[in-house]
Amino acid sequence: MPTHDEIYQKVQSTLVEALGVDEEDVTKDSTLQGDLGAESIDFLDIVFRLERNFGIKIPRGEPFPQNVVTDPDMIKDGKFTEKGLEELKTRMPYADLTEFAADPDIERIGDLYTVDMLVHYVSSKLAA
Amino acid sequence: MRWIWIDKFLEFRSGQFARAVKNLTLAEEHLHDHFPGYPVMPASLIIEGLAQTGGILVGEVGGFVEKVVLAKIPRAEFFGVACAGDQLIYEVTLTDLRAEGAVVEAKAFLEGELLADVEIFFAHLDNTRANQIFGPKNFVFTQQLLGVLDLAKAQTRAKEAQSLEAAKLSEVSANGHVNGTPLPESNS
Repeated sequence: MPTHDEIYQKVQSTLVEALGVDEEDVTKDSTLQGDLGAESIDFLDIVFRLERNFGIKIPRGEPFPQNVVTDPDMIKDGKFTEKGLEELKTRMPYADLTEFAADPDIERIGDLYTVDMLVHYVSSKLAA
Repeated sequence: MRWIWIDKFLEFRSGQFARAVKNLTLAEEHLHDHFPGYPVMPASLIIEGLAQTGGILVGEVGGFVEKVVLAKIPRAEFFGVACAGDQLIYEVTLTDLRAEGAVVEAKAFLEGELLADVEIFFAHLDNTRANQIFGPKNFVFTQQLLGVLDLAKAQTRAKEAQSLEAAKLSEVSANGHVNGTPLPESNS
């Protein structure tokens, strides 16, 4: 099992390949969309590369969940409800929702997709 | 002009690999503009040919039901140019395939030398949304484009039939019978 740092370095190079960004731009706190300019199609590219680079199998809907906001009980006035946040925690146990929970605006969900989130996701898959 | 940037499949292994040929001729209008007096195949059209080869390879796996679109080219490197009169060979290997999309490694060769090395990423359009926008017709795999694969299949079948016929003939000759008529026996 590789160390946390080794996984981080590999995630970093994966994102350099997928997004064409410079290595120094990819820090643990970088958000994929806001900071690194990822578009929706890039998420699938990242999934393919993570599978290849780490030898893991990534099911559909991971690590970027799909259709989280279809249930009206989970969203109210453009924000995640308590139930919605619980659902997010269940579907993204590898993401740190602390900051997001303070202002769970649906528009901010992209802020959860950070380099660090990917590192935690890959670690959880390798440990399984 | 027909938007078909491959002439023929030379090899097609379902879900794995495809090899296609593209002949460059001065009958192609674009070569007269790119560039006047120096007809060079535009790199973008080489990528299009590689993408058509790869797109058919990807689409064939699902029986051409999915709408496969070129979504992204993460990497494209060119090592030379191809001019009118040249023959390009496109080799495409399917490296990843899942419900949402696929990735291929695509290479173009000129006289055996690597001319272009490209990674191409395809997305499967969500059928519900795609039908709303484009209608139920599969605009990606037109009959004209699929005709290239159909032609290769027809040629393979014809070759197989010829080989079978030749094998039968040689077998018959070995038995001394042609078309069911015994060869006359030697009197000696």
